[in-house]
Amino acid sequence: MSRASSLLRWMIPLAVVPVLALLAYGFRTDPREIPSPLVGKPASLFTLTAFDGTPVALASLRGRVVVVNFWASWCYPACYEEAPSLERAWKAYKDRGLVMVGVNYQDKDEPARRFLSQFGHSFPNAPDQGSRVSVDYGVYGVPETYFIDRKGRVRFKQVGPVSDQLLKEQIERLLAEAA
Amino acid sequence: MRRVALFLVVALVLGLGAFPLGPAIAQSPAPSAQAPGAPLKPAPVAPPAGAQAVSEDTVHDVAAQLRCVVCQSLSVADSPSEIAHQMKDIIRERLAAGETPEQVRAYFVEKYGTWILLAPPRQGFNLLVWVVPFVAIGLGLVLVFVVLRRWSRRPASTAPAPTLDPAMRARIRREISEGER
Repeated sequence: MSRASSLLRWMIPLAVVPVLALLAYGFRTDPREIPSPLVGKPASLFTLTAFDGTPVALASLRGRVVVVNFWASWCYPACYEEAPSLERAWKAYKDRGLVMVGVNYQDKDEPARRFLSQFGHSFPNAPDQGSRVSVDYGVYGVPETYFIDRKGRVRFKQVGPVSDQLLKEQIERLLAEAA
Repeated sequence: MRRVALFLVVALVLGLGAFPLGPAIAQSPAPSAQAPGAPLKPAPVAPPAGAQAVSEDTVHDVAAQLRCVVCQSLSVADSPSEIAHQMKDIIRERLAAGETPEQVRAYFVEKYGTWILLAPPRQGFNLLVWVVPFVAIGLGLVLVFVVLRRWSRRPASTAPAPTLDPAMRARIRREISEGER
């Protein structure tokens, strides 16, 4: 057997190694997990009109910790799971200056209002006409929740439902920071 | 036996080379729920006063480069979903406000990251996706060439053909003719 052919005999099985390495890397990462490029950046300012007709303007909220939650009535079960936690967190922290805003994504007026009354949400919720705000926040599905610090920067993005524990951790961390 | 194995490996290398690695790596997320399909909305007939006229071709051009956020591997231009329509409206508005197609693209990249682009930018780690398939095809072709040349050069078998005893020869003939019937 010539040298070239014995080299070839080894090289062919060895060619599988980089392919396996690539596959091993690829299957360990979650393709659905996409880091938001917005974390650490200033949050986009928006002005929406809440379901009850009052204006909701992010520009007027500088110096306060803001939680922006994107939801929809058709987003079952995730949005339904997190809804009571959001209301609990809002009740627990509103006296310490927390602002919570719900943005209704790709929804119809009537089912959205029914969702709000079902959970008795007392924080402002507004429909996002034309999804302008949602695209500004890089939302690709609901629920998504953004935590904005007193300086107006996005500090954390949660994809999927938020839990009591997560809300508590993030809100207390940001409330503890100086303006 | 060895030839078969060699051939399989060559085919594997070629197959991997031809496989579009890009879309496989940058998979789109499944939305937690699909946005309800919306009826097709007519495009605005006339641009608002004071805005620049925007060609639908340009809107389509930009939209075709962007990933529809609630779809699996569909561009904003191709998706019938409501959010894709709204993203097209946003593209149209931004173009009408005087932004260049590159600036509109950059806006979406700023908000969603390069994930929003259907074609990964040709830089850094992403270069691998652009280069590896061609390198693999090239290596596969070289391998095929080398292997084929070696086989065609191999001298004809010098070992004498195994002799068949007449009984076996007769049996083979018989079975072939039976099989043809």
